[in-house]
Amino acid sequence: MINRIELLKLVEHNARIKIEDLAVMLNASSEEISAELEACKKENVILGYNTMINWEKTEREEVTALIEVRITPQRNQGFDKIASQFYRYPQVSSCYLMSGGFDLMLIIEDSTLREVANFVSEKIAPLEGVLSTSTHFILKKYKSNGTLFTQKQTDDREAIVL
Amino acid sequence: MEIDYQSKISTVVNNIAPSAIRRFFDLANEMKEEVISLSIGEPDFVTPWSIREAGIFSLEDGYTHYSPNQGYIEVRKAISEYLERRFDLKYDPKKQLLVTVGGSEALDLIARALINPGDEVIILEPCFVAYKATVTLAHGVPVVIETKEEDEYKLKPEALEAAITDKTKYIILGYPGNPTGATMTKEDLSKIKDILVRHPDIFVVSDELYSELSYTGEKPASIANFPELYDRTIVVNGFSKSFAMTGWRIGYMAGPAPLIAAMNKVHQYCIMSSPTTAQYAVIEACRNGDKDVEEMRDEYNRRRRVIINGLKEAGLSCFDPTGAFYAFPSIEGLGLTCEEFCERFLMEKKVAIVPGSAFGKCGEGHVRISYAASMENIQEAMRRLKEFVTELKNGSKE
Repeated sequence: MINRIELLKLVEHNARIKIEDLAVMLNASSEEISAELEACKKENVILGYNTMINWEKTEREEVTALIEVRITPQRNQGFDKIASQFYRYPQVSSCYLMSGGFDLMLIIEDSTLREVANFVSEKIAPLEGVLSTSTHFILKKYKSNGTLFTQKQTDDREAIVL
Repeated sequence: MEIDYQSKISTVVNNIAPSAIRRFFDLANEMKEEVISLSIGEPDFVTPWSIREAGIFSLEDGYTHYSPNQGYIEVRKAISEYLERRFDLKYDPKKQLLVTVGGSEALDLIARALINPGDEVIILEPCFVAYKATVTLAHGVPVVIETKEEDEYKLKPEALEAAITDKTKYIILGYPGNPTGATMTKEDLSKIKDILVRHPDIFVVSDELYSELSYTGEKPASIANFPELYDRTIVVNGFSKSFAMTGWRIGYMAGPAPLIAAMNKVHQYCIMSSPTTAQYAVIEACRNGDKDVEEMRDEYNRRRRVIINGLKEAGLSCFDPTGAFYAFPSIEGLGLTCEEFCERFLMEKKVAIVPGSAFGKCGEGHVRISYAASMENIQEAMRRLKEFVTELKNGSKE
């Protein structure tokens, strides 16, 4: 019996890990691993395989912005309707309903400073039901999705230790 | 006039044989930059952050003094709670626990506090290199039982019975074991207990440094769990292996109060007290470290399976190790001694592993492969091992 959580954690950290390697690590057959991953996809547990990229090391000038949005929930629809109006924009990479001082958290990637400003002032703020917005820009990424953006440590252990 | 230094060194130290494979070690360490090393007996993980942070915080708060000889009472309480929670072992933190500089100091204290010259100590080879030396340095006589691959390196009751004499002072059990990765189940230990019950003068030193790293799926068993032996067992444990804290140099022993008092006497004159920073760090390890240990254990277990599979594909026979982070495959039939095998593997394929003979004469014919290394390195090393063994087999046919 495959431990699904263990399997998911492994592919979460390394989407390119080979099926045959997973089979050995989890003491299962390649067929069983494939079937389990397929089942996870069908059940929408696995939604995709992304690559962690440190964009700061490339020539791209885009920024990442976190936008806190306070909204009025709508009758029969709660927050879902208005959230859907936000998350359909491709530049919204994440959209969360939050507890606390505001309601929705939008994460905008792939945009320049001006594009974010325009997006907030033209698309978000004027929408009916939006009470206020507050936009924060990420200055530097130290760690994201469990991955460190700084240099990895080298192995400084002695070659042989009994 | 030239001084003959050798003659000034005590006989007992002079008589400890220098490591026969020292030259190989030097070679491997010189080549360190270019080799994949599966030869290391310490975790590749860095100490979990919350534990490091607890040590740092104690420094910031100015805890930089000697601790009480036996260790801070808060540390002993934390260890006592941990031992009960994880291993069903009950020890009074006031009288039955001593915080040491790693498990190694504990082994040395035991030897010096218990052995009279000529007393015999039973050790099971292949084993951790310090067992024999600590006994010899304390003027004891190590009596070696050779454990075997076909017995999964477990101690057989018959072998124990045969090794016992009226001079036997104690026996050192090291399970899960270095270098074999062997474990002993409660059932296995029960048979050993039956023998020891008939020999009420013999003590047991149970080295349980690797107790958290057991992959049988069952709770690791300690011989101290048997009420018949509780009063005659000294449990040696520490944080180096299970919590990835080798460099902090901190361990402990637990046992009968009068013995702990005797050990503490030796400890206070040669060590004074264990490092204060490390003591503050292990309070955090004992109380909040379970999840970190579990994650490391799961990762070791996956690597273990990759190693076992790699050995199988390379055509080397190896019993399934169930603990620690070592595999101990046989290289017999390839026409090389274990030392030759390791040296050629290092020179030709740039992978460092350890000859079995480093762990006792009966380790010949085997090599120790540590999986305290990254998965990528293990996979690459296993690929090279397969290549190497295939070349050896083809070569020997020609």
